[in-house]
Amino acid sequence: MPDLAVILPGMFTTVQDLGRCGLQQYGVPVSGAMDEYSLRAANSLVLNKDTAAVLEATLQGPTLKCNGTVAAAVTGARAPVTVNGLPVPMWQVLLLKCGDVLTVGVTVSGARVYIAVAGGFDVPMVMGSRSTFVRGGIGGVEGRLVRSGDVLPLSTPTAPLADVLGNYVPRAKQCRLPWAVTAIRVILGPQDECFPEDALYIFSRAEYTVTNESDRMGFRLAGPKLVHRDKADIVSDGIAPGSIQVPGHGLPIVMLADRQTTGGYAKIATVISVDLALMGQMKPQDKVRFVAVSPDDAVQALREQESVLRSLPCRSVSARKFRIRIGSESITAEIREVVEEG
Amino acid sequence: MVRYLMAGDSHLVVEFGQNINPTINQQVHALARCLTEQELPGLKEVVPTYRSLLVSYDPLLLSLHDLKECCNRCISSIADICKQIREIVTIPTLYGGQYGVDLAGVAREVELSEQDVIKIHTAVIYPIYMIGFMPGYPYLGGLDERIAVPRLKTPRTQVPAGSVAMAERQTGVYPIPSPGGWRLIGRTPLRLYRPEQMPPVLFRAGQYIRFCAVSVEEYLCLEELVKNNEYVPDIMTEEVL
Repeated sequence: MPDLAVILPGMFTTVQDLGRCGLQQYGVPVSGAMDEYSLRAANSLVLNKDTAAVLEATLQGPTLKCNGTVAAAVTGARAPVTVNGLPVPMWQVLLLKCGDVLTVGVTVSGARVYIAVAGGFDVPMVMGSRSTFVRGGIGGVEGRLVRSGDVLPLSTPTAPLADVLGNYVPRAKQCRLPWAVTAIRVILGPQDECFPEDALYIFSRAEYTVTNESDRMGFRLAGPKLVHRDKADIVSDGIAPGSIQVPGHGLPIVMLADRQTTGGYAKIATVISVDLALMGQMKPQDKVRFVAVSPDDAVQALREQESVLRSLPCRSVSARKFRIRIGSESITAEIREVVEEG
Repeated sequence: MVRYLMAGDSHLVVEFGQNINPTINQQVHALARCLTEQELPGLKEVVPTYRSLLVSYDPLLLSLHDLKECCNRCISSIADICKQIREIVTIPTLYGGQYGVDLAGVAREVELSEQDVIKIHTAVIYPIYMIGFMPGYPYLGGLDERIAVPRLKTPRTQVPAGSVAMAERQTGVYPIPSPGGWRLIGRTPLRLYRPEQMPPVLFRAGQYIRFCAVSVEEYLCLEELVKNNEYVPDIMTEEVL
């Protein structure tokens, strides 16, 4: 089987999949990709199952050397990607051959880049998932960040290479990335009643800034304080992904992939499922405002997103191989539609 | 009586009350069991906590309306099966000495002998209200107030795995090494959290824990069994009338 050797790990690169399901009752966090949309799109490109493990790189991507021939795809935050120093597009299948070096640079827009390979990364399953939970030291590569010298084994691809080459995700179906002030849709609750009207008003109008104290567990935000009606503490209960909890200091914290399973702070609102991926693409100093929507609208948005994901990948119709004879020499050329970036 | 609270578009909080009390908590666990047994398409997982159940579901497969209906049916059927059977997990514990460095201090503070503190601590069958904070950490109720002491003023940076600890009206056992400010009165040789096994934790929320004092010899013997994967957890089922 081919594998990928890590030449440079990037800033914070881990193996992730859809996370651990069913174990929060034992206190085990879910983990999984911060931007599940880009993870699923990346897997769809190389015709992996949704559950295949990919690499999630934060802000600065890794440099990987391929041993063998394998199809790969890079999605998520916009970043310069090269193979052997030559720029290659994101959101398209790349053919990596033995010795090829894939480099993902510093993100230009968004925070997290996903690298999928046909077959997926074959690290050991821990409690039903390959996701790395660094704080708990489980999953991925020995429960830690990927580092230089690691050799990442790959599983056998499920589809023949010929079926994978030419796959791409058109621009309209690529992930959304943060802009000047990113609007994130929320559903109020479960403990919005702990906040008086004026706090709810501030919450729906104010602009918050993602602080440096932000990681896969959650994003601490800076901005106008939200004063509780009575007190910030509640009897500890479960924490849904995207829960926005407000401790006594009044500043919201958005709970994300590696969040603890239970907590005792009032939660003013919860980010809707389809906007979790967008939230996961935010980085320190990015600005966010929250827009309350109805549960029906949130479910409708989720339905639309599912139908987009199900339509992936697109296949470039003009991808065809020709054998060209020039004099006595015969060469193979592949001609396909180029998907424009930017 | 029950309140349904939205936690986003894919999670529902079923809240039975606002307080920490055994009756409310039993209802939470009964609903968790009942919902799990329904094998409802689209139901992903349940997270029981002190006084509410967090239900994770796929709204494209299971509507909020149908989920609430199912919860309502479960709740009306659990009213009388609550309380009847309890599963008690025994946690063998070596108290005091180097295994429970704070036991002597606790005994002095509450003006009892070390033996009395052990006797009181092992006499209670503690309900596991919930598991959280870290993998396998049980929130237990019911510590006897005669042995209640405040937390350490300065928390320890590292508490060894298996430490049996208490603070105020709470007691618990650390599944993995962690910083902690509770008083360490003993240690169990059991591996409470074993990520390579399913389920990954020795006990689950809704069960009960009983601490049982063991000697150094028994501790070392159990430790050997645990190391060789030969230890069979002691889980007792008891009917409550």
